[in-house]
Amino acid sequence: MTILNKLTVSAAALCSSSAAFAGTGAVADEFKWMTFAVFGVIIAITMAITFWAARTTHSTSEFYAAGRSVSGIQNGWAIAGDYLSAASFLGIAGLISLYGYDGFMYSVGWLVAYITVLLVIAEPCRNIGKYTMGDILAFRNDPKKTKVVAALSTITVSTFYLTAQMVGGGVLIKTLIGIDYETSIIGVGVLMLAYVVFGGMKATTWVQITKAVLLVIASLILVFLVWSPYGFSLPGYLQAVVGDDKVVAQVAKLLGDSAAGMTKEELGQRFLEPGLFLKNPIDQISLGMALVLGTAGMPHILMRFFTVPTAQAARTSVIWAMGIIGGFYVLTLFLGTGAAMLVGSAKIAAVDAGGNMAGPLLAQFLGGGENSLLGNFFLAFVAAVAFATIVAVVAGLVLAAASAMAHDIYVGVIRGEKATPKEQVVAARVSSVIVGVIAITVGIMAKGQNVAHLVALAFAVAASSNLPAVFLTLYWKKCNTTGIILGMLVGSLTAIGLVMISPNMTYPKAVIASAKKVIEGEPLQAAKEAKPAVAASSFICELFAMEGCVASAPAKPASPEKAAKPGAADKLAKLNEKVPALEASLTALAADPVALKKAQDDLAKVKKDIAATEKAKTKAEDDLKKFDGQTASIMGLEKPYFLLKNPGLLSIPLGFLMVILGSIFTRDKRAEEMWDELYVRQNTGINSEQATAH
Amino acid sequence: MSNPNINWAAIDANPKFQALHRKKTTFLWGLMIFSTVYYFLLPIGAAYFQELFKIKVWGVVNFGLLFALSEFLVAWIIAFMYSKKANAEFDAMAQEIINETQGA
Repeated sequence: MTILNKLTVSAAALCSSSAAFAGTGAVADEFKWMTFAVFGVIIAITMAITFWAARTTHSTSEFYAAGRSVSGIQNGWAIAGDYLSAASFLGIAGLISLYGYDGFMYSVGWLVAYITVLLVIAEPCRNIGKYTMGDILAFRNDPKKTKVVAALSTITVSTFYLTAQMVGGGVLIKTLIGIDYETSIIGVGVLMLAYVVFGGMKATTWVQITKAVLLVIASLILVFLVWSPYGFSLPGYLQAVVGDDKVVAQVAKLLGDSAAGMTKEELGQRFLEPGLFLKNPIDQISLGMALVLGTAGMPHILMRFFTVPTAQAARTSVIWAMGIIGGFYVLTLFLGTGAAMLVGSAKIAAVDAGGNMAGPLLAQFLGGGENSLLGNFFLAFVAAVAFATIVAVVAGLVLAAASAMAHDIYVGVIRGEKATPKEQVVAARVSSVIVGVIAITVGIMAKGQNVAHLVALAFAVAASSNLPAVFLTLYWKKCNTTGIILGMLVGSLTAIGLVMISPNMTYPKAVIASAKKVIEGEPLQAAKEAKPAVAASSFICELFAMEGCVASAPAKPASPEKAAKPGAADKLAKLNEKVPALEASLTALAADPVALKKAQDDLAKVKKDIAATEKAKTKAEDDLKKFDGQTASIMGLEKPYFLLKNPGLLSIPLGFLMVILGSIFTRDKRAEEMWDELYVRQNTGINSEQATAH
Repeated sequence: MSNPNINWAAIDANPKFQALHRKKTTFLWGLMIFSTVYYFLLPIGAAYFQELFKIKVWGVVNFGLLFALSEFLVAWIIAFMYSKKANAEFDAMAQEIINETQGA
């Protein structure tokens, strides 16, 4: 998700190769009708689903849990649809296209997370739960207190994730087809609200299934086209990838000075080796912990297990979800490397610095390129799938947050479980509208904001607060109300606090320094001698920038003298000087087609460079204006105090510890008395919520 | 909610339930610990055993890439093993306990 944040909005660089593509968005103006047609078809399908689902959505069980009549296989597809957000669909393919191996390695944790879901969470939650995480915790702990804390945590996690999805989605749609950011956000919000409010969980489930099927079909077609020229041989295909000039150039660019002295073959092979993107293994382990434990604590994932009729169906659904999600990530290996080879990392990064456009651009290339009808149809199809992805994920999140608000807070706490069935459904629908409106508002307000930390934060809070509480309630006899409340509060606050002082936040000094570099250029740098790696003075110094700490640093090879780099204004002046001469040469060379073609290409390249430089200059100037006079982040720090991007390494053990300490030092009669019932029920399914017949 | 007067403590004390509980706990913890260790070997290996990860084993395909692919395979195998065991053993044991309870 780090990636979605880096989305650069304009696609001018891509389109500048031809004057006809002067519009914004990766889809050229003349092919936009096709994109809207494909969007229209997908919206029509989902609306038909909603209309059908709305006819059977009357009771609370139907609204929150689709009447518990979703089959295991259907739920498996729906979980995949809920989980494969734009970040994993576009983001991971993008990371692979830019950084090779590291991007693929990054995807593994997202699948392994489901082992925890399968082994310890899915079936017990199905047997114990009703509609929300609060129901599970309230089973043996004090119902009112735990429901309040569980609902707060659910709403917090959902809102973080939701905001990241909304902002990412708005930027994505703008990059693809040039629709205004605000219009996109409102469009996504209204559509999603229609599914949730009218069709409840049933419509949400089927929208997610539809989206997952479309996503898998699109990916399979693309991978088939990428891989088939190599007879579906893995070494044969990867041989072509590492031998490609564009891939070699990208690796050389990433390695910088240390690429000197490497052969072309070594550079290409380096694309399949670790270390081009993920540099801090401790941060990786911290993220891994948040994924592996956080997914099982994600309220919108937990909620999916209440929609199936039995624990056996819950089991089947995780198995299917693991097959689909894992299979999809294996496909992204081909999508990412294919885009790196066929489209080229430079072009992908020019449209979007984070690489999010790798998949869509690959689709366009495979269909025949920028000017072809089929190429643009492929692009339109992938863009529409991306759109459906955002809407489906957001719908699941809104439903989870709304159920916490309506079922836990309103019905459970305010009305003391005395609300009539009709009142409960009304409360659920009203809450959905409230959450939806909040999502749209926050999405618009967060325009241009740094939201990269929000997905990491959502997983970290889920892993540090929700998972310890649910896990210990289910499996530890001594667990009680005080422990749950203490653990959830400390776990989530620690995770949020650490992220606030982490490198994820914006630090004005660093932004101003890099903006000045762009505008003023860089002075000549003297040659540097090689430096050996430095180890941090202690483990705690790997985590915090404390006084007296020596930060760890990797070994640096000797670098030769670097020439001064000109500022943006000088660079622009030089580029603009070239244009008249090149334009003049066009008429002179009209008779010689080969030379003419070369001159045209040169001119296009210079114009592209001018556009890119102007863009960088404008951005740097905007940054300078925006952060003028500021020296500290919103937490008052000049630079990060906590050195990891992912707080899980500290906040997850702390969350568990607090639940344990709180439970050991207090007594709670109800929690003890209910243990036998909880334990028998979660293992046998006796007295579990039954499916409603239709 | 057919029978609200179930004696939960009695079921909990039932040797059959105890046997189910024991079997499940051992099996689940075994799989969980194995999968977690196997998963964290990937970032650790990529960071600290780069020379091993760079060894080419199948054309340009190196050990690191095969190891990353094996993570997927291992996850699927664990899922398959669990579902097989649960479908064949745990479900039958639980059903016996349910039958006893409802027959009593």
